[in-house]
Amino acid sequence: MLKGNKNLVTYGMLSGIVMLAPLFFAGGYLLNVLVFVGINTLLAVALNLLLGFAGQISLGHAAFFGLGAYISGVSTATYGVNPWAAMLLAAVAVGLVAFAIGFPILKLKGHYLAMATLGFGIIVYIVFNETVDLTGGPSGLSGIPSFTVADFSFDSDMKNYYLIWGITLVAIVLSANLVNSRIGRALRSIHSSEVAARVMGVNVRLLKVQIFTLSAVLSSIAGSLYAHTMTFISPTSFGFNFSVELLTMVVIGGLGSILGPLLGAGLLTLLPEFLRTFQDYDIIVYGLLLVLMTMYLPGGLASGFTAMCARIRSRFSREVVKNAQG
Amino acid sequence: MAHQILQYMLSGLSTGAIYSLIGIGFAIIYNSTGIINFAQGEFVMLGGMLTYVFLALFDFPLPAAMGLAVVLTTAVGVVFERLAIRPLRNATPLSLVIITIGGSILIRGIAMLQFGKDTHAIPAFSSNEPLTLAGATVLPQHLWILGITLCIIAVNRFFFFHTINGKAMRACSHNRRAASLVGIGVKRMVLISFAISSAMGSVAGIITAPLTMTSYDVGIMLGLKGFCAAIIGGMSSGIGTVFGGLLLGVLESLGAGLISSGYKDAIAFIILLLILFIRPQGLFRKAETERV
Amino acid sequence: MLRVEGITQKFGGVTALSDVSFSVAEGCIKGVIGPNGAGKTTLFNIITGIYAQTSGSVFLSGEDITGLAPEKLAKRRLVRTFQNIELFCGLTVLENVMVGFHTRSRSGVLSCSLKLPGHLKEEHAIREQAMACLEFAGIADLAETPADSLPFGKGRLLEIARAMALDPRIVLLDEPAAGLNSRETAQLGRLICKIRESGVTVALVEHDMELVMDICESIVVLNLGRKLAEGTPREIQENPEVVAAYLGEG
Repeated sequence: MLKGNKNLVTYGMLSGIVMLAPLFFAGGYLLNVLVFVGINTLLAVALNLLLGFAGQISLGHAAFFGLGAYISGVSTATYGVNPWAAMLLAAVAVGLVAFAIGFPILKLKGHYLAMATLGFGIIVYIVFNETVDLTGGPSGLSGIPSFTVADFSFDSDMKNYYLIWGITLVAIVLSANLVNSRIGRALRSIHSSEVAARVMGVNVRLLKVQIFTLSAVLSSIAGSLYAHTMTFISPTSFGFNFSVELLTMVVIGGLGSILGPLLGAGLLTLLPEFLRTFQDYDIIVYGLLLVLMTMYLPGGLASGFTAMCARIRSRFSREVVKNAQG
Repeated sequence: MAHQILQYMLSGLSTGAIYSLIGIGFAIIYNSTGIINFAQGEFVMLGGMLTYVFLALFDFPLPAAMGLAVVLTTAVGVVFERLAIRPLRNATPLSLVIITIGGSILIRGIAMLQFGKDTHAIPAFSSNEPLTLAGATVLPQHLWILGITLCIIAVNRFFFFHTINGKAMRACSHNRRAASLVGIGVKRMVLISFAISSAMGSVAGIITAPLTMTSYDVGIMLGLKGFCAAIIGGMSSGIGTVFGGLLLGVLESLGAGLISSGYKDAIAFIILLLILFIRPQGLFRKAETERV
Repeated sequence: MLRVEGITQKFGGVTALSDVSFSVAEGCIKGVIGPNGAGKTTLFNIITGIYAQTSGSVFLSGEDITGLAPEKLAKRRLVRTFQNIELFCGLTVLENVMVGFHTRSRSGVLSCSLKLPGHLKEEHAIREQAMACLEFAGIADLAETPADSLPFGKGRLLEIARAMALDPRIVLLDEPAAGLNSRETAQLGRLICKIRESGVTVALVEHDMELVMDICESIVVLNLGRKLAEGTPREIQENPEVVAAYLGEG
């Protein structure tokens, strides 16, 4: 019960911060960046379900993100489908693709899984570039309409900010619920010992494919949100580099933590903005962060954060005790 | 048509030879450590780029520039092993994947800052006069590539089968614990495997640079295709991977010529996925019973 | 209850098991013993669907379960433990046991992520039953401890508690006393007897002769992949072939 209350407080504070943040950056450039933080957080939540909880790596998640964006973009810009319907269509289509490739791909483990997902990602990226008639090829696809509800159009950063963060917060809460349920326990058990999970009756193969599919669908939704917010997309946003960036976000935030994706996505999206003057150095910073975090803080920022809170709390309580004694 | 196909096959063989060299590098490290080194492609890039740097900025003669590039790349490989791989002895495959990816980004980033984003060429090893062979044209550089690859594979084979270190490394790849029990310094073998792999990678990068040019980001694709060659060959550090590389090179070249050049890079990855799905043990190996 | 017939297993050129047959009667404790390399663990791996055998069959209450995957066997309420305990690190002790209820709970992804009432009710029931399993194994006080920080002996007990969560008909224990001190072994012996008293059949591979002779009703002896003898503890102790195999005079 106590735990439930603590979670409610955390989510409440989080939502409060998210809701109030735009007041400080109204209309500014930073608001635009915060929209991206929202989308990247959603993607990191999706990847974290697969990588952090089930322990299955994917270096091809940019492909699902891109498929979501392109299916949304092409069906609305070229065929005039309603954006909401397009988002649903994209989610279903991407879900089917992920489910189909999930069976052969998740038979693989570790390094082989990494390479296979990477290969899938690159193939999809090449298809985006080569199907010029459909996607516009390397020069991109423009004229994607914004989301609308009746006469209300999500056509400004502010409106999109609330739309995207609303969906992202819901995704965080739902994924936290999922992780603490029978399905989440089964996922985490796969991470630790597949053979023991099977002995306990967990259908490891099916469960991995299901979580892969769920993760892909969330990424696709993020892709649709991206497409309808930006109104322009091009293949470079969905390449191998972005898959690696997503991986970095999840690892830096903290594998298998609920708030980790938020921290990781926040840091990695905001950092380049602050490092704008050293633009070319950001790639080195990524590399260094990946190596150093894996070596020295494998639990990511989230665990560092928790440890810090615990230390402060224990110092604080010690002082209270000291004062009481004195 | 027949001439054309022959032409594609010949150029495919020379790219394939490059993939073989890179693939063997992957396999050597995998066999001695169980790690797929995602930074392998960066060694290839460093080979070509460093040669260019020594040539263009320091005016070294070509052979000296190439030699220095190999030595420096090998040093980078050794340092990488020391700093990033060795401290992580009991890491999970997941963190090893992440750390080698991090390492590869880091090397690529430093190369970009140091040498810029431009694409560079290094001169061919001998004349640029095309030769005609049964109706197909061949550049002397193609022959250089095939010849050097053959030499390296021969030296490699000699090393693994006729020297004490090579035999020790083979022992490590069969059973690391047993190898350490009979007194083989496993740590040293891992270091040697990184040294050999980075040296081979850099040579691959150097010999292909006169044909395909080089820049800070060539390592990603070349590395992945080398990995694909190694997968086809069942991660063997010998003949299997050589065939894998040649097969990949030829298929890619035929596909680009006869189907579509835009999808050329996709061919390698489709083959990669097919092999991983259908015959993850490689084309030439029997499946083994996995012991729990 | 459990019957194995003519199990043969070859790894490459090595024959790990050849033509092994025996059966485990319902409600009894059966011991499988033999010198190192006799093929005991391999036999368990075959019964529990982790290896595919070269030939032979396995029956559970008359049903042919040969080659069924472990998760299918779990549904048929056959469960095992591991020689090198395989706990779920990153989960608490209680959560480890709760995974054992996976086959008997239904909530789907939607119900779990939306915390629908059906799921909450199910979760509550699982939690209580899991606590009961921990109490059964005598480690209820450790419920909220992370599984990876358990001492080895407690880990063993947790693995058994987790196995009991499946409400099994038969439990296969792979060297349950390995790595335990004599006090822990005695405790383990009492727990195994308690499992049998609750109506669950037990088969165990074990090296600790005292434990085996103490609690088993019937024993199978394997040597070099063949069945050497089968009988009561007394018969086994008096069997000259068994004595020879153990002393290495075979």
